[in-house]
Parts: sequence; C-alpha cells; structure tokens
Amino acid sequence: MSDLAIQTDGLTKVFGNFTAVDNISINVKKGEIFGFLGANGAGKTTAMKMLTGLLSPSSGDAKVSGYDVYSESELIKKNIGYMSQKFSLYDDLTPEENIRFYGGIYGLDSKQLSHKRKELIESLELGEVKKKLVGSLPLGWKQKLAFAISIIHEPNIVFLDEPTGGVDPITRRQFWERIYQVAESGVTVFVTTHYMDEAEYCDTVSIMVDGKIEAMDSPDNLKKTFETNSIEDIFIRLARAAKRGDR
Amino acid sequence: MNSFKGFVIKEFKQIYRDTRTLVVLFGMPVLMLLIFGFAIRNEVNNAKVGVLDLAKDEVSSVIIQKISASKAFQIHAYLTSYDEVEAYFREGDIKEIIVFEKDFARNLTRSGSATIQLITDATDPNLANIVQTYTNAIVGDYAQELNASSMPVVGIKVHSKMLYNEELASVNLFVPGLIAVILMLVSALMTSISITKEKEMGNMEILLVSPLKPNHIIIGKVLPYLVLSVVNVFTILVLAKFVFGVPFVGSYLLFFAESILFIVTALSLGVFISSVANNQQTAMMVSLVVLLLPTILLSGFIFPIKSMPIPLQVISNIIPAKWFLVIVRGIMLKGSGILIIWQETAILIGITLVFITLSLKKFKVRLQ
Amino acid sequence: MRIIRFLLQKEFLQIFRNKAMLPIIFVIPVVQLLVLSFAATYELKEAKFALIDRDQSIASRELVSKLQATGYFILQSEFTSEVEAKIQLEKGEVSFIVEIPRDFQQLLSNNKATSIQLVIDAVDGSVANLINSYVNSIVRDYSATKAVNINVAGLQNIEQFSVKKISTQAINWYNPNLDYITYMVPGILVILVSMIGLFLSGMNIVREREIGTIEQLNVTPITKFQFMVGKLVPFWMIGMFDLLLGLALARFGFQIPFLGSLTTILIIAGIYLVLIQVLGLFISTITDTQQQAMFIAWFIMVVFILMGGLFTPIESMPMWAQKLTLANPIAYFIKIMRMVLLKGAGWKEVYEMVLIISVVAAGLLAVSVNRYKKTSG
Repeated sequence: MSDLAIQTDGLTKVFGNFTAVDNISINVKKGEIFGFLGANGAGKTTAMKMLTGLLSPSSGDAKVSGYDVYSESELIKKNIGYMSQKFSLYDDLTPEENIRFYGGIYGLDSKQLSHKRKELIESLELGEVKKKLVGSLPLGWKQKLAFAISIIHEPNIVFLDEPTGGVDPITRRQFWERIYQVAESGVTVFVTTHYMDEAEYCDTVSIMVDGKIEAMDSPDNLKKTFETNSIEDIFIRLARAAKRGDR
Repeated sequence: MNSFKGFVIKEFKQIYRDTRTLVVLFGMPVLMLLIFGFAIRNEVNNAKVGVLDLAKDEVSSVIIQKISASKAFQIHAYLTSYDEVEAYFREGDIKEIIVFEKDFARNLTRSGSATIQLITDATDPNLANIVQTYTNAIVGDYAQELNASSMPVVGIKVHSKMLYNEELASVNLFVPGLIAVILMLVSALMTSISITKEKEMGNMEILLVSPLKPNHIIIGKVLPYLVLSVVNVFTILVLAKFVFGVPFVGSYLLFFAESILFIVTALSLGVFISSVANNQQTAMMVSLVVLLLPTILLSGFIFPIKSMPIPLQVISNIIPAKWFLVIVRGIMLKGSGILIIWQETAILIGITLVFITLSLKKFKVRLQ
Repeated sequence: MRIIRFLLQKEFLQIFRNKAMLPIIFVIPVVQLLVLSFAATYELKEAKFALIDRDQSIASRELVSKLQATGYFILQSEFTSEVEAKIQLEKGEVSFIVEIPRDFQQLLSNNKATSIQLVIDAVDGSVANLINSYVNSIVRDYSATKAVNINVAGLQNIEQFSVKKISTQAINWYNPNLDYITYMVPGILVILVSMIGLFLSGMNIVREREIGTIEQLNVTPITKFQFMVGKLVPFWMIGMFDLLLGLALARFGFQIPFLGSLTTILIIAGIYLVLIQVLGLFISTITDTQQQAMFIAWFIMVVFILMGGLFTPIESMPMWAQKLTLANPIAYFIKIMRMVLLKGAGWKEVYEMVLIISVVAAGLLAVSVNRYKKTSG
C-alpha cells in the first residue's frame, strides 16, 4: 500500500448537463490535515460525497484508504468517519444513547463500548448533560459530540463537512485542537471549511472553483506562489473568476 | 401588506412546484371518484349462490332458471346433499344456498303450498339480508305469475314513490360523501402537515419574527389549499354529472358557497391540529383519528346515522362532514334552498369559528 | 445480528420517547374498535313518518297503529295537505309519508281493492328499500287479516281460488341473529393493524431522510438489509401487540365467537403485517418528504379500505372492480379473519390466500430493498 490515504484521478460528477465536479485529481497523504476550500456551490460537498461512497462518480478514478470507490464502497465505509454539514445525531436520544448506537453499528463490542462511552463523556465534559436529549444541547457541544462519534470506530480517515459552521471562535478553536489531536494519532483528516483562518491550520490546502481544483499546496507554498501573505487573498482572487454563483 | 403578498406568492410557488404532490392532489380525487363511484354500491351483483334441488321437477327447474337469469345471482354450484353446505360456506365464496324440498311440484299442486329453504352465510348479515330479499322477490314474482289467472284483486295495494332518487342508485348517495372525504383529505390533512413541517424544520420561528402577523402566516399557508380544493370540487361535480349521471336539482351558486364554507371548516381544523402537534407524524395520526375516520364513518357517508347507538348519534353532531352531507344531498338531490338548510349552514359556521379562535389563541401563546 | 440489536434498541428508544406515540399505540386502537364497530351498521332502527289520513276511519287508525306497533316506525306528525308533509320530508325530519285515501274503509269493507300512497325519501336507496319492504309486508298482513275477516263472515271461501303459495324459509348460518357487530369487528381489527403497519414504519424512514440522519447511516457499514429489519421489526411488534389487544377486546368485550384457531390468525397476521410494512417501505423509497409519503399512503389506505369489502360487500361491485380487489391485501386479510374467526375455517380453506399474501410480500420486499440505495445519486 502506498502512503496515500486518498488518491483521485480525473474524478467527475455530472448531474444532467451540470458538471458539479470537473475532473479533479488530488493526493492526500496519510496522517495529514487536508483543507478543502471553495465557495458555496463550487462542488465541495459533491466531491466529498463521492469519496465517502454516498454518490457514485460519473467518471474518473478514486481510491480511499486503498479501496476503489466504485466497487469497494462498503469497505471504504468501514474505514472512514464522516460528519455531515447537516447535524446528524439523533435529537431525541441522549449523548450516551447516540454513542452507544453509532458505536454499536460500527461493531464495537460491549467492553469497547462502555470504555468509549466513559472516555467520551469525560473528555467532552458531558457528564452533567449525559441524560439530556441531544436536541436540547447548544450547537457547539453537539458538534464536538458529532465529531467524537464520527471517529468512534477509530477510522483511518475522517471527513468533516463544514464542521464549525455557526459556532463561536472559542469553540472553533477547541474544535481544531481536537482535530490536531486526532491527526497526531495518525488519522487523515479531510475537512471543508469557509473560515480562512482555519485553512492556515491545514497541512495541505486545495481551492475549488466551479468544480475544478485551481490551487493545491501547503499554505506557505501557496502564499509564495501567489505572492501574498494570506490564504484569504488567494481565495478571493480565485473565487472571483467563478462563473456560477450560489446554487 | 406587501410582505404578505410576497409570502402568499412563495407559498403558492412552493406547492405548485412540487409536481409529484400536485399530480396526487388533483389526480387523486378524480381517481377516487371514478373507483368509488363505480365500485361502492349496496346493490348486489353476481352474488354466488348454490342450489340443492332435491325435487328436480319442472317447477324447481323453472325457478332455478329464473334465478340464474337474474343479474344479481350467479349459480356457482349444484349440491347433492345437505352435508355439502358447510364445506361450501367455509370456502367463503357462496353466500346463499337455495334448497328445494323433495316433491316440490307435487306439494304445490296437491296442497297448494311448497317451501324453499334459503340458507345464507350470515357472517355478513347485511349481504345475507339483501340476498334473501332478492331471492324472495324472484320467487314471489313467479308465484304471482302462477296465480295471475285465478286471483281476483282484493285488499290494499301500496303505491310507493321514491322521491329524490328514483332508481335508488347508491352513487347518488355516495358522491356527496366522497366530496366531503376528498376535501378533508386535501384541506385538513395537507395543511396540518405542511404547517407542522415548518414548525419541525424551525422555519416557523423565522416566520414569526418576520413582520408578518401570525394570522397572515396562517392565511398564506392555507390559501393555496383553498384554491386547490375549489378546483377539486369543480372536477368532482363535472365527473359526477357527466360520468355518473348524478342529478343536480338545486342551485350551483349555493352549492359552491357551501363547499367553500366546508373547505374553510376543514382548513381551520387542519390549522388547529398543526397548532397542537409538534411533528408531522403526530399531525398525521391525529388527522387520521379525528378527521378521516369519523368523516367516513360517523357522517352518514356509508352508514346511516339513524342506525347508530344514541351516544354515537350525539357524537356525530360535532363531525362537520355530517352537516355538509345533509347540505349537499339537500342541494343536489332535493333541490333544497337556503331556507331549508340554514340551520346546518349555521352549525358549520359555528364549528369553523370555534376552531379558528382556538388556533389563533394557540399561536399567540407560542409567541409570548 | 449485533448491529440489528443496536438498530432496534435505538428505534424503540425513539418510539417510546415520543409522547404522542403512546396514545397512538395503546388508546387509539381501543377507541377505534369501540366507535367503529357500533357505527358501522345498516340495520334499520327506526324511521319517522308523516301521516296524511284523509279517511279518519277505524280502518285507517288500525293500519297506522299496526305500522307503529312494529317498533320500526314512529309517527312524527299529521298533516292535511301534501305540501306541508313534503317540507318535512325535504328537511329530513321524516323519512317517509303515508297517505290514506278518503274511501279507504268503505272500499275495504266492501271487499274492493284500495290503495295507500307511500312517499319515501330515497336519497339513501338501501334505507328506502328497507322501509318500502317493511311497510309493504305490514300492509299485506293487515290486508290478509281483513280478507280473512270478510271470509269468515261467510261471503266467500278463499280455497276456491286454489291459490298456490310458495313460501320461503330463511336460515342464517354462523350469525343467526344477523348481528352486525360480530361481522364488523374482525374487519376493523384488520384496518387497525394495517394503519400501524403502513403509516408508522414507512414514515419513519422518510423522516430520517428529512432530518438528514440517513446520510450518516449511509456512510456506516450497516447493510440495507440490517437497516430495513431495524425499521420493520419495532412496528411489526407494535402491530401484533395491537392485534392481540383488539382480539382480546373482541372476545371478551364484544363476545365475538372465535370458532377458528387463534394461532392460525396470528401466523397469518404476522405475514400480512410484513406485507403492509413493506408497502410502506416501498412508498418511502419513492418519496422525499413525509408530506408526500403520507399523502400517498393515505390514498392507498382509503382505496384499500373502501374496496376491501369492509363496509360495502365486494359482491356489490361490478365485475371489473371485483377483479381489482384481487390485488388488495386488505380484502384478503379481512376475508381470512372473518372466515377463521366466524366460520372456523382452517388452513385448508385459506392457504391459497395466505400464499398470495406471502408471495406479494416477498416480491415487494425484494423490489424495495433493491430500490433503497445507500447512495443518493
């Protein structure tokens, strides 16, 4: 096996006569934090859905964790975690019950389950609300919990689709600290975001415009190439050239 | 007022853009009327009967012939002994077995009387009754033919006149009921679900903090369904008249006015349910239990209210469809004017006002 | 298996946490069974009538009291003109008008033919028919007693006409008292079970899609089959529970005789419930929102109920409609329930229908599982 966690070659998705994702080729190294940037409607979510096996591509090749997205999507699912843009825990279950449920369907045995449950409740400081319904928790806590649950089965890769939308800067900061911890333990993190300061935390950043990847490098190299000192600047320069606006 | 207009336009667009739902909303009433208009009847058609002819003489065979010639019956089996009766009944297809006693013709000529046994599968008492009545009529007609030559006219004759529905067609009875059911489905069920959905999705809060007044929001939600329902009433009416030949004796204007009143009643019920229910599933189940089933069962649509036990007759008074049925049957079949049906109309208005008030209160409470 | 266990656990937690669900599961079936069973009857209890008696004689009084004596007919009001009586008829205050002509008694006592006029509100044709035939038979009886009286007076001997009389003798099997409730209860139980099966389980999947949690489930390794089982089993159990509750009520509350085997009923119900649930599942695979799903489910339900032979006999339908009911699962199960409970039918009589239900259930399940995709495009 190579040292690439995700590898795509000419990946394309066409809906009718609309090309949402246009011939993208990316390589994500194991253990790195890969930032996937793009304006609304640039095709980020579609690309991510293809990588997680939720959508099948129209053409091109992609391997995730060494498995082919066409023929081995069920194997991919065993090895990845996913946290969607829409909040995806069950509002009418408690944090504990959500942990149990997702842990259970990922095949954790009861010893691992009770261990994980204790560990997560403790590290997320959910002790006092563990019996409350998730629906009544503040958004920041929900997102931390959703992230923790998305990696409950210790996957090789975790996909985060705008994980920090709508929360305050302090919570965002804490969230990224968790991401670092996870990445340090060897998990590849594939994250989409709107926040340019978050892009600076990534090992590699790619910027998507109109379904195509327009730039992809480490934040420092990108700044050098574009002769500027902020990612935001690069992003605005590239995104302005976009022909399609908000979908 | 401008924001209200915009809101209403948005609501219309949302509903009319969803073609699948739209097809169902318009297509369903048509389909329903077609199916039920043809299929729901009380007359008996091709009921399967069995014959046990122990006489096998000329009289019994003539009667059997008459029975098999009738559209109501279809002779499905000829039995040879009583022992077979049970097996046929258990199979379930045969509803009645007609037994001619031994020496049927001889008894008739010698002693002037002979007996036919009608054994019915009375698990369905109604059907058993109807089937027996039909058989009796055939046998009676035959007996009259036999005696026609020798009988003088004596006694009392009854001249019956069937008013309002000469052919006793059950379509005439059921069409008004179908209108009520369809309007309940489209108006009440759909609005209750669509408003509850906004609540469930959290859009309601956004609307409530907008400059729109709560009653504007409700009106905006309800208006598209009102339009839809009026179109449906029109379609049903055309079908009823031209496909089923249901008579329309009364005033069309009054009919449409009363229909709109009933639609508003149904909409107000839908709004009320949505103000009580927190999610779509609850709204659906509540609509099911308090709206649709009573509309089918307690309104007199299929089962006459007069046949029900007193407590249910009392309950039927709070079912809007009951009053609407009286009104529509009155207008369509009897040609009743407003003077005849003003009481029922007043009751419908009353029910509507109660529910509008209740739901407005509920929405206000939520605001504070 | 472990995964299914976790799915089931989660479903049950959610079901029982929903406050509206408990009354839906426990109270509504009982109320429905009680209300519907009593409501669904065609029996003519009583009908009010208006009288226009132009004769005002002993004979006319006699006839009217004969009408009332049956208990079916109640004299509501007396009029001298037809116009007033007709207004009452139009308002629905009376169901029919009896008009007795001026020379009624005279003609009758002179052994001549006379007639009375009956005007019936025939909006409800079957009620009108019943009224007509009851009144006719009462009048015939009265007429016969008059004729006998005259004969006894020595004027003529009825035998000399050599009237041939064919009498019919009605024997009602299984339900000698023609009790309607006995007939309705098994059918209503079917409706109950069907509603739970069709609405709750199908809706549940659409709901997950609407909230977005289904996407999260789709990136996990659970299989379609596990997911479906997790969705079907809880409501299957609830449906069976409600059926048992209803059967208990039928047996001990309504005193319905159980001639057939309870085990047979339960086994068939189990298969039937799967079929109905799979139908719900199928609807969920072709819809995006709960509103759409509910509307379609509603529509199907109404068609199935009204054409299931529950309220109006299938025998009353035209042939093409009777053929259509061959595709109606509710019609099958209602028939089976009535046959087994009321007539004591066994496997021999019902196996064909059970076979059809099973095959359809299996086929539909295959289609739905196939249609349900873990991918979204």
